[in-house]
Amino acid sequence: MALIELKDINKTYNNGQPLHVLKGINLQIEQGEFVAIMGASGSGKSTLLNILGILDNYDTGTYLLDGTLMKDLSEKQAASYRNHMIGFIFQSFNLISFKTAVENVELPLYYQGVPRRQRHEKAMEYLEKLGLTSWAGHFPNEMSGGQKQRVAIARALITQPRIILADEPTGALDSKTSVEVMQLLKRLNQEEGITIIVVTHESGVANETDKIIHIKDGVIGKIEENTRHDAWQGGLIK
Amino acid sequence: MRELFHEIASSLRNNKLRTALTGFAVSWGIFLLIALLGAGNGLMNSFMGNMEQFVSQTVSVEGWRTSKPYAGYKENRRIELDQRDIDYTEGRDWEGTITGVTTTTPSTSATLTLNGHSAGGWIMGVMPENLEMEKRQMAAGRYINAADVKERRKVIVLSTAHAKELQPQDPEGIVGKWVNAGALAFRVIGLYHTEEQDFRRPTPIPYSTYKGIYDSSDKVESISFSVSGPKNLKEHEAFQEAYVGALKRMHSIAPDDQMGLWVRNGYTQNMQMNKASGIIRIALWILGLLTLISGIVGVSNIMLITVKERTHEFGIRKAIGAKPGDILKLIITESVTITAAFGYVGMFLGMLACEIMDKTVAQRGVNVGFDTIKMLVNPSVGLDVALEATLLLIIAGTLAGLVPAWKAAKVKPIEALRAE
Repeated sequence: MALIELKDINKTYNNGQPLHVLKGINLQIEQGEFVAIMGASGSGKSTLLNILGILDNYDTGTYLLDGTLMKDLSEKQAASYRNHMIGFIFQSFNLISFKTAVENVELPLYYQGVPRRQRHEKAMEYLEKLGLTSWAGHFPNEMSGGQKQRVAIARALITQPRIILADEPTGALDSKTSVEVMQLLKRLNQEEGITIIVVTHESGVANETDKIIHIKDGVIGKIEENTRHDAWQGGLIK
Repeated sequence: MRELFHEIASSLRNNKLRTALTGFAVSWGIFLLIALLGAGNGLMNSFMGNMEQFVSQTVSVEGWRTSKPYAGYKENRRIELDQRDIDYTEGRDWEGTITGVTTTTPSTSATLTLNGHSAGGWIMGVMPENLEMEKRQMAAGRYINAADVKERRKVIVLSTAHAKELQPQDPEGIVGKWVNAGALAFRVIGLYHTEEQDFRRPTPIPYSTYKGIYDSSDKVESISFSVSGPKNLKEHEAFQEAYVGALKRMHSIAPDDQMGLWVRNGYTQNMQMNKASGIIRIALWILGLLTLISGIVGVSNIMLITVKERTHEFGIRKAIGAKPGDILKLIITESVTITAAFGYVGMFLGMLACEIMDKTVAQRGVNVGFDTIKMLVNPSVGLDVALEATLLLIIAGTLAGLVPAWKAAKVKPIEALRAE
């Protein structure tokens, strides 16, 4: 059974004029896949990611996450699923500015009710994994973009989620750092077997993944297998 | 809970300005409330205390001068009370209503001397009840008693001020000694307390002694008595009108002449005073509550801004697993912590201000001629009131923060994340 199974997902925004964003999305993503969802802005890719991340709801269709139907959840249930199953990486990092790196990484475990000492140890462990041990006590505004994104990745990983959802993870980074971050995600996918879904509009970023799902005007176009990483010959260039 | 406080501590540490502003609003509200109530209480205490010195639960009547011609008499006629009035007061008309009738004679000035020292005195004949009637506080010895009156003893009660003048080296030792008053000598049986500035310093002797020595007529200076029966202000006023009306008829004073008789009604005075002090107390509380409301508005205002400002942060928290209840708890606990901590500071400072008032303003007396009155007496607020006020502010602050907190908890994570 697929880890993620979407069947005929529809989503319409009703801000004044109704806007049909997703028009019947069917998608299956298996455990351990490294997938890119690619599309121009307004294609509906971010909406799809938000639905996958249970940050937003959909109107019709079914979304099975690990065999569980994600529909009409209470905020409390949704929060619990997000906390246990999903790790988020955002374009703008979304670190809490008045918390140090290690405190930011600890936060998901705080909401799981893990005792302070234990979660601190675990957060330090993940920071070490990402080479940020010496930055643990620093605040986000004292770090570079790449470091901030690595803190965010550590925060996404700490709950050992089934899926990592990355929304334009390199959008705010320079090309060199972008390469580093994508390599890091690739390594996590290969070494830890974490399912990673990256949303991007940059083909260079998508090229680093194993499968590229093209989305246009709210429907899924072609799905490319990209095991040889030659879909984009130009490499990761901005 | 400990985890939550760690969470809050870091949030407060890193938002110092916001914390300080909220805290100031709270502290200031509580401080003003307590300082205001403290000063008010001090004023009330002084007012009540000063009144208590002069007002006893009795009615006194003295003869005065008429202001209107009546029944063939000219105005400005001197009215003198006499035995007839006492008999009437004690008589059947008022049986059961008027009790403990007592009287004083007019006073006669006399120079008191002892071993070369002298002091001015006003000798007047009194009954034992005069002690309570005049609210005198004994400093040494005793007051005139029934035996003194019955046996026409030549005894005298002096004030502490007299004692200091007559025997400066040992004022209290004067009790038991004989002092000269003109050609006569009286044995001092007691001293009553008086302020140094008090010039109305009567030197009471037994009623019968006075009558025997200075005045053999049946004239009396005043008639005083207790009243039982009337319950409220209206009934007391009705009683006074009936009683005084009768006296006026006996002395041929115009019924509407306010000057013929001088009446001091301790009952109605007390009741009016209580009414007045009740009104002042309510006014103080209203002022205090208004102050408190300004504090609450300050807190809720800042809560509103805080929640707005932190929407994005709440979005992040929600995305990584915070439930709506977690967000609600975070905001409410934070607001309670701030209001409680700074409320306590405000309470402490307010009580300190009361303490300072007590040490400064309250120590200064204001001279009102015959006496020195302290403007503030024990300006303080009970700890219970202070705690209640602080608690009220905390609850109100929380309630005020509840609406924005609830909204923040309800907002969808995707919307919260979009907020900047």
